[in-house]
Amino acid sequence: MVALPSETGIPPKVHYLNADYGIRSWLLTTDHKRIGILYLISITFFFAIGGLMAVLIRMELATPEGDLFQSDTYNRLFTMHGIMMIFFFLIPSIPAVLGNFLIPIMVGARDLAFPRLNLFSWYLFNIAGLFTIWALVHGGVDTGWTFYTPYSTRYSNTHVIATALGIFIAGFSSILTGLNFVVTIHRMRAPGLGWFRLPLFVWSLYATSLIFILGTPVLAITLLLLAAERVFGIGIFDPSLGGDPLLFQHLFWFYSHPAVYIMVLPAMGVVSEIVPAFARKKIFGYRFIAYASVALAVLGFLVWAHHMFVAGMSIYAATVFSALSMLVAVPSAVKVFNWTATLYQGSISWDTPMLYALGFIGLFTMGGLTGVMLATLGIDVHVHDTYFIIAHFHYIMVGGAIMGYLGGLHYWWPKITGKLYPRFWSRISAMVIFIGFNVTFFPQFILGYLGMPRRYHAYPPEFQVLNVMSSAGATILGVGYLIPLIYFIWSMRYGRHASSNPWGVVGLEWETTSPPPTENFETPPVVTRGPYEYSRSEEVADGR
Amino acid sequence: MAADARAVVAHHFDSPDQQREAASLGMWVFLVTEVMFFGGLFLAYVVYRGSFPHAFAAASRELDIVLGTTNTALLLASSLTMALAVRAAQLGRRLPLVVFLALTMALGSVFLGIKMYEYHHKFVEGLFPGAAFRFSGPEAPHAEMFFCLYFAMTGLHALHMVIGLGVLAVMLVLGARGRFGPLYHNPVECAGLYWHFVDIVWIFLFPLLYLVGRHA
Repeated sequence: MVALPSETGIPPKVHYLNADYGIRSWLLTTDHKRIGILYLISITFFFAIGGLMAVLIRMELATPEGDLFQSDTYNRLFTMHGIMMIFFFLIPSIPAVLGNFLIPIMVGARDLAFPRLNLFSWYLFNIAGLFTIWALVHGGVDTGWTFYTPYSTRYSNTHVIATALGIFIAGFSSILTGLNFVVTIHRMRAPGLGWFRLPLFVWSLYATSLIFILGTPVLAITLLLLAAERVFGIGIFDPSLGGDPLLFQHLFWFYSHPAVYIMVLPAMGVVSEIVPAFARKKIFGYRFIAYASVALAVLGFLVWAHHMFVAGMSIYAATVFSALSMLVAVPSAVKVFNWTATLYQGSISWDTPMLYALGFIGLFTMGGLTGVMLATLGIDVHVHDTYFIIAHFHYIMVGGAIMGYLGGLHYWWPKITGKLYPRFWSRISAMVIFIGFNVTFFPQFILGYLGMPRRYHAYPPEFQVLNVMSSAGATILGVGYLIPLIYFIWSMRYGRHASSNPWGVVGLEWETTSPPPTENFETPPVVTRGPYEYSRSEEVADGR
Repeated sequence: MAADARAVVAHHFDSPDQQREAASLGMWVFLVTEVMFFGGLFLAYVVYRGSFPHAFAAASRELDIVLGTTNTALLLASSLTMALAVRAAQLGRRLPLVVFLALTMALGSVFLGIKMYEYHHKFVEGLFPGAAFRFSGPEAPHAEMFFCLYFAMTGLHALHMVIGLGVLAVMLVLGARGRFGPLYHNPVECAGLYWHFVDIVWIFLFPLLYLVGRHA
């Protein structure tokens, strides 16, 4: 397809990618943009490992008999799939890659507040990831990603400690990232850039950072106690020594439920950028979306025990948590309605990022509505630990977070690399991923409702048709993920040069060159208007 | 910006003020994460003390109140010398800075020494949780839970003290070289915030662990 003239441009002579060469200039860099790319490489690697586990899981589940793996092996597979995907891909995905790259540019700063801490967080992340992979190679972990006690402390004969320490270290890398973002957003905004002129992507990552800061330390201490319990044989969570396994679950979910918002809030931020850009319209309800991000971060901390409705909690506590969980639907719906209202009467262009954003809105809505179902006590008891849950959270995490991540990657790729990727193939990939995703996970709603439990490698034969559908969908999804990998790498070598503003949109990041210079702007920006100013009069004035 | 100010401001900041404000906010945010980190342990303490009040009171009486009180006084005194060190750094007075930092480190080290002595004593008495745990009173498993929490909480606190001593040692060397003055003293301020935080954690640990059995 022939590109519009404004898409292509002449690259600047000096930019952050060619300012310095050699492996040292990357491994010792303090440039937030380069660190974003380092993170991109790391998480792509961890995604591939987590994805490989998913492939093996779906292969096993193509037949009712447990014929490909033994149940012990299968336990290790789904555990490592969960750990790799959650802690080493989804949580760092948008914040550490796109957030790292974009937040300083979007606030008009030269770098994050603490550039060396930023690099340090990348090293911590990789050490943690390699540590976890080491545990995987040496036999893996079979507790599920939730490490429930007393199984994880007393009975499991696998590498629980190594994996827990890996996640512990990765936690500190998230804490440092969140801390860096908060300080940067507070202290380093360009002149004229008030809080309500910030792009909504920055708002959503601010809310995400609050969860990083407030939630992650609790997981850290919980895993530390878990490891101590295993090493010393003490009984903080062990009922036979007076400990309480429910305390572990409370502490674990106090982080791990908000972690869901760590995954989805940044994706919402990406969608809030893409929708107005490709509807050529000012976003509808800016302040409501901004406040909804903060509301989600706050509410996310008040609903954790809905993971424990069948764990033996008091019915009164369960009722309160059920009601609070339903409240989450309010800010979520505020966002979806505002995006929809932004689309209304917009002049929509169906570019690749927009396809991903629309996919996000649809899939997130499905995931969110089933979430309200699960917040209902009666239904939760019925479908607890079934594939209904699996389908629900994959709609949020894969349908939501990964669609948002890929949408953002496609939207900002020309800015990050200065290169354009093939429009045809990128649109195809967006559609293949959307179809593959739905074929994979929609049947799992039905399977779960019919009663297929999660975490088993074998199942009754009547579930086979839907499971084969799901495995077939996973194959399509896998192909869908490979296509962008190929054309992104292709584009770095062969892609045409992107202009500084290939989409013809507004935003500080589009006012600097593609790729940006090391200090982001040739002249320090001064902000004189809000984001998303796409009013008709301006377009006339610009002669477009 | 004056030339001497430019020398202490990193390339991505506009002014010494912006740099100092960023550093101080960053430190406060870090301390928030620390509060949440210790918070998990405090929650565990609250839950189990609520469940086993008598065992906790009995186990608490095994701790040495004289040593605990001495340590409390030492830490409070070290917070005072730390605050004086920060003031000296702000005024750019090199000798008082070095002296007060050294005093703070000395007080912290004595604290750790006493803590080690207490730990040693508990090991000898068989009060370290695990296979070798021996407790003569009733509800021995629940008393063991108290000592689990005692070692976890004071151990984590002591680890923070050790890190704090390392940070102060760096400040001492930099201070002796005259790196700090009215324009640039945020490292000492941040180290001070950290030191006060560690002190405050102890202010909560002391009554919860040492005094909880005394009033009964």
